[in-house]
Amino acid sequence: MSLLKVKDLHVAVDGHEILKGIDLTINAGEVHSIMGPNGSGKSTLAQVLARRETYTVTSGEILYNGKDLLQMKPEEAACEGIFLAFQYPVEIPGIGNAYFLRSAMNAMRKYRGEDELDAMDFLPFFRERVKLLEMDEALMNRSVNEGFSGGEKKRNEILQMAMLEPKLAILDETDSGLDIDALKVVARGVNAMRGPERSMLVVTHYQRLLDYIVPDFVHVLIDGRIVRSGGPELALELEEKGYGSTEIETRQALPV
Amino acid sequence: MVTASARLGSYLDVFDELRKLAFGQDPVWLRLLREDAMALFCESGFPTTRDEDWRFTNLASLAQTTFRRAAIDDAWLSAEEIEPYRLKESACELVFLNGHFSPSLSTMGNLPSGLTVSSLAEGIKKSPERIESHLGRYVDTRRDAFAALNTAMFEDGAEVLIQRRTVVDRPIHILYVSAGSNGPIMTHPRNLIVAEPQSQAAVVEDYVSFGEAAAFSNAVTELVADDDAIISHCMIERENYASSNVSTLRIEQGRGSNVASHSVLLGGGLVRNNVHPVLAGLGAECLINGLFIGGGRQHLDNYMLVEHVSPNGSSRQFYNGILDEQARGVFHGRIIVHKDAQKTDAKQTNRNLLLSDDARIDTKPQLEIHADDVKCTHGATIGQIDEDALFYLRSRGFNEISARRLLLYAFSRECLDRINQAPVRNIVENLIQQRLLDIAQAARFNAATISQEQTAQNLEEVG
Repeated sequence: MSLLKVKDLHVAVDGHEILKGIDLTINAGEVHSIMGPNGSGKSTLAQVLARRETYTVTSGEILYNGKDLLQMKPEEAACEGIFLAFQYPVEIPGIGNAYFLRSAMNAMRKYRGEDELDAMDFLPFFRERVKLLEMDEALMNRSVNEGFSGGEKKRNEILQMAMLEPKLAILDETDSGLDIDALKVVARGVNAMRGPERSMLVVTHYQRLLDYIVPDFVHVLIDGRIVRSGGPELALELEEKGYGSTEIETRQALPV
Repeated sequence: MVTASARLGSYLDVFDELRKLAFGQDPVWLRLLREDAMALFCESGFPTTRDEDWRFTNLASLAQTTFRRAAIDDAWLSAEEIEPYRLKESACELVFLNGHFSPSLSTMGNLPSGLTVSSLAEGIKKSPERIESHLGRYVDTRRDAFAALNTAMFEDGAEVLIQRRTVVDRPIHILYVSAGSNGPIMTHPRNLIVAEPQSQAAVVEDYVSFGEAAAFSNAVTELVADDDAIISHCMIERENYASSNVSTLRIEQGRGSNVASHSVLLGGGLVRNNVHPVLAGLGAECLINGLFIGGGRQHLDNYMLVEHVSPNGSSRQFYNGILDEQARGVFHGRIIVHKDAQKTDAKQTNRNLLLSDDARIDTKPQLEIHADDVKCTHGATIGQIDEDALFYLRSRGFNEISARRLLLYAFSRECLDRINQAPVRNIVENLIQQRLLDIAQAARFNAATISQEQTAQNLEEVG
């Protein structure tokens, strides 16, 4: 059974249609990449999957793990295993990073009927992942994302992903604003999470990230439609020819 | 006007009653002070919204209510009932029931040497000269009708004297309990806190109600921080919504003194919180920190007046407000820098969150600068809960109520973190968490009704 099945999804914001019929199937353990120019609807798709309510789904359906995702609140989707690494992580002054993460983990454990973690259970697990992402532990005592550099914010997203261990991780332009060293660290963190039980959707504008996180499938999203789908070689082709070439080709997207 | 003077008549009746009952034992200076103050109150009556200092707070319903004085045997509470309101790790606890000192509910413990704490009425009896040198010397009964009314009518309150170089490491808790039953009652608590040079202490003034009856507390605290004294004062308002509370904290600061005033307004239907420090000595420092959280039809009015009189003084005002439903908040921050107060550094910040369409805040900074070498800044912001932050938290598994509560708590944290004394901070933190849970639950339903067009306003002013 597929983990995620998006069928003919149409999404609008303020009456303006942004996604114009998306079909996408992701099976357990697969890494898919959505590529496309700015304004093509990539982030909208990512946010709709995380159940942001500012978007109106006008038609279509999304099945996640056999359940109707469109009936879920953001927190339900999160507790069911969907994680969105934000393109622009939000700063929350007044809430400490470590406290935030432990509370998030406990919210999910509670949802699943598991015991809450106390600080002693949490800390070793936390420290190990902070190290994996080469983050400064001092940052963890500061407020969530407050005063973090762009790279630190992105790494913090991946740290959260590593802690929350989702079934479906959606990375929304995690590469933007990262230098090559930070990109490698982030990719290592992401790759460490790959496994047969975890699927990923990597949303990106550039092919660069896909050198380090090699996807199983690449989809090209232009003007709210998936116009092509293929293997990792499609990303390289786009890098060479640009999105323009894809746009004039006839729609030849094949269901994966 | 006929109604208004008829109502003032009820205050005169109570004043007459007190003259017969209690004031006979007062020293002559105090009797004169009371007579003068009563005359001033009768002359001015309650302020109206035509008065600039009361523009946003309508006192009509307060002025039209006839309050009676509570007799000492009107109410009785057991020690068990008071227990949840006690402040753990306090140096001592003075409990006043409907304005009357309750020795049996109070715990005086083993006071450290150099600290004198007693009921003010007792202090007046035992050492009238000591009281005379301070009482009524600082509040302005001419300018402030409520201070005049309090001066005329007060029966008791706390007297705290911290002697030279005494450091009191645990907070002094003054608990005012209103437990009216038989119609609306009024009390006029009067506190006198004198900190001698180089002394250090923290005082908590705490207002609570038992039951749902209406009460009117009109409190005045005169706090004298002599040279190099370090004093923290925390006012907690957690009375029921039928209550009105007008409280005035008048601070007189000596050279190099450092005073922190914390106000935490969570309860009360109509609340006016006056904080008025005068930095009289050279290089005095003052922190004015406040948090007000209102829901329902609460009206929470904060009136700050900071006077810099001598050079090199510094004052910091930080007030955060959270208002939901039809609650209304006022922040009036006035800074006066007198002619000789060169090198004054005064800062004022008021941040507000409005959680519903009907909530309202009036924020009004006012700088009056007569010296030419000073640094004064003020800023005010009005906003709503950050929807991006809310979604971020929910996408990490927090349900909507706990996400809202967490964001409101984060907003309140700034104020909480400025309270240095752990026992005080802990009690305030618990009260805030409880209050925010109510607000977050209510706000979730209101949020749905906030119209899309309404966007956060941000008014940032620096001048």
